[in-house]
Amino acid sequence: MSATIKIQGEDFDIAAELAALAKGGADIGAVATFTGHVRADDGLTALVLEHYPAMTAREIARHVAEAQARWPLRGVTILHRVGRLAPGERIVLVAVAASHRGAAFEACQFLMDYLKVHAPFWKQEERGGVARWVEAKPADADAAARWRQ
Amino acid sequence: MNLLYFAWVRQKVGKSEETLELPDGVSTVRALAQHLSMLGPGYAEAFADPGRLRTAVNQEHATFDTTIGPDDEVAFFPPVTGG
Repeated sequence: MSATIKIQGEDFDIAAELAALAKGGADIGAVATFTGHVRADDGLTALVLEHYPAMTAREIARHVAEAQARWPLRGVTILHRVGRLAPGERIVLVAVAASHRGAAFEACQFLMDYLKVHAPFWKQEERGGVARWVEAKPADADAAARWRQ
Repeated sequence: MNLLYFAWVRQKVGKSEETLELPDGVSTVRALAQHLSMLGPGYAEAFADPGRLRTAVNQEHATFDTTIGPDDEVAFFPPVTGG
């Protein structure tokens, strides 16, 4: 199985990423994707993301390995942006290739749920000149915990 | 040992990274956090409530009970908010 994990400041080209993922083989019959965007919540002017560079890709790779152990996957691409992002910009892409849609859909949601509560990223919201750290949401922890039941 | 701070922990401490000799008698993340809380007002504020903090040892999620040694990298940060 191929796994591509990238942490970058610049935007990504979804079509190019999906084309690269689907090149993995003739037995790929399904590619499920999730793309996260910056919402313009309550006058938000920017999101600023930082991460723990030495840990981030390793941590995400562990989640990919777990997904691979749970579902028959043919390829995974995870891209996460850091730095300053404006409302409407893309933040994250999770794309999963499999032979059939069930595995692709489920593994895509699993990876996104895990990334939310385990990958070492932190978001700061800016509204006008005021910056505020985003608090972790219990609902995100619940979504990840669901996969343990 | 190498220490890393992220998000508001970094802001309160006033730096993102530092090296420190493992203090005598400190063998867990919890004891290290207690030691750090005494290094100055910024540290005191950052480490006032360990319940608000998470930690990683050598780039893997850990707990405040995790054992640490002189060559470890220990990071302190709030609960993560990526995605």
